[in-house]
Amino acid sequence: MADPMRIRAQAAGDKTTVRVLMSHEMETGQRKDAAGKTVPAWHIQEVTATHNGKQVLSAEWGTAVSKNPFMQFVLKGAKVGDKIAVTWKDNKGDTRIDEATVT
Amino acid sequence: MNLFAKGAGLLALTLLSALPVMAQKTASQGIDEYRAMLADGNPAELFEAKGEDLWKKVRGPQNASLEKCDLGKGPGVVKGAFVELPRFFADTQRVQDLESRLVTCMQNLQGWDGAEIAKTPFGQGEQNNVTALATWIASESKGHRFNLSQNHQQEKTFYEVGKRLFYQRGGTHDFSCASCHGEQGKRIRLQDLPLLSKSPGDGVGFAAWPAYRVSNGQMWGMQFRLNDCYRQQRFPYPGFGSDATIALSTFLGVNAKGAISVAPALKR
Amino acid sequence: MQSRRQTLQRSAAVAALLANAGFPQWAQAAFNKNAFDAKSVQDAVKAAGGVSLIESKDVTLTAPDIAENGAVVPIGISTALPGVKQLLLLVEKNPLALVAIFQSSEALENNFLTRAKMGQTSDVYAVAIMADGKALWAKKEVKVTLGGCGG
Repeated sequence: MADPMRIRAQAAGDKTTVRVLMSHEMETGQRKDAAGKTVPAWHIQEVTATHNGKQVLSAEWGTAVSKNPFMQFVLKGAKVGDKIAVTWKDNKGDTRIDEATVT
Repeated sequence: MNLFAKGAGLLALTLLSALPVMAQKTASQGIDEYRAMLADGNPAELFEAKGEDLWKKVRGPQNASLEKCDLGKGPGVVKGAFVELPRFFADTQRVQDLESRLVTCMQNLQGWDGAEIAKTPFGQGEQNNVTALATWIASESKGHRFNLSQNHQQEKTFYEVGKRLFYQRGGTHDFSCASCHGEQGKRIRLQDLPLLSKSPGDGVGFAAWPAYRVSNGQMWGMQFRLNDCYRQQRFPYPGFGSDATIALSTFLGVNAKGAISVAPALKR
Repeated sequence: MQSRRQTLQRSAAVAALLANAGFPQWAQAAFNKNAFDAKSVQDAVKAAGGVSLIESKDVTLTAPDIAENGAVVPIGISTALPGVKQLLLLVEKNPLALVAIFQSSEALENNFLTRAKMGQTSDVYAVAIMADGKALWAKKEVKVTLGGCGG
């Protein structure tokens, strides 16, 4: 099971800035290892997020997103105490969901 | 090849823009902006979280956590410990830096084989855990000022040994640490090289490691940094937790007295 | 025994239910393989449903002038325009231009920040695909340097 994400959701007025750090190798599929073999592509493909259970974000990522990806988005109409959950799924089918509370 | 041409062109631009007549942004300023944009959301935070978890987790042949580990300020005291290391420890009768002290605790408290961990290459096995722990422990001293002790005779000796090593030239290229870090204003391509024979200021040099390196997506502690410096000088690795690396750390740490620690930082 | 059609109808209803209950995996837009396999900016935008590429001052691309290392380049794409369906991030000179697609949503501002790998100095594009298929874009050149010793 992949390492947990770091999610911070900070409310300022009507806008909540959500910052997410994910732990993932994000292999492009173009790199060769020390033995000269091509390391196969391994990357997060889909990212979604919910606010109090309701889906708010849907994104698709290719191999060019950096290793240990960082993502920031701005949510409207959230309040302190609300729950944000972020899910990612990679091209191998591995998945991870983590939650945070809006502060 | 294309990149080298572009790099050379960029250097030329940089030299041109150093002229006071031009109001262009220097490459150095551009890089500062780039680093500022990455400061929020340093992937080092992922390793901090892992390190904190490892400190509290029951592990190893002796089924214990590291919560009784003494990093110099008493068993279990983590806040402020980073900025007082390396220091002399009575129980091991040695001057130890953070990472070698962690391995001592992992052996004594949890039953791991310390020598095995020391032999494990960086980025593998238990070394990853040492790095994560070091990252978290450093973060617990973020914003604190370096204040290494020079009270014990061994601490003084290690400082002097570190100083000698800093200036000692050798290897195929006759390099010493001072070759790169012994003069103000030196640079390799676009990397500014801090002067380390005295305090280089807040958040620089000793005050900036452990750091997450964006170029390879790896978390590096000071042990990895020092060993790899030797490799770049065309020396073999002195080895994890070696007297040489601890002596150099002592030299750098004492020189950094009063400087604010920003570790874990973000580096190229 | 249920017919296949009934089963499919059931599963669609279940998926909708789950989506509303907050199981995002079920309501995820299908991964647009064609767009991510496209080599050029134009082909990727077309595969994502963009019909005509139009430069626009209402789309913003935020990026540093210089990236110390091409492995991690912070990039922001945003627009305040209404009627946006998707926001795309592309790096022209990468082997495959498309980096990410963000679906527009009522609950979010059209304002996303992420970090991309860049193989070399290149123009970076923010593209807003509108409901009518227009693809409004803005670009900025980001210089990618080779650093030195890794300080």
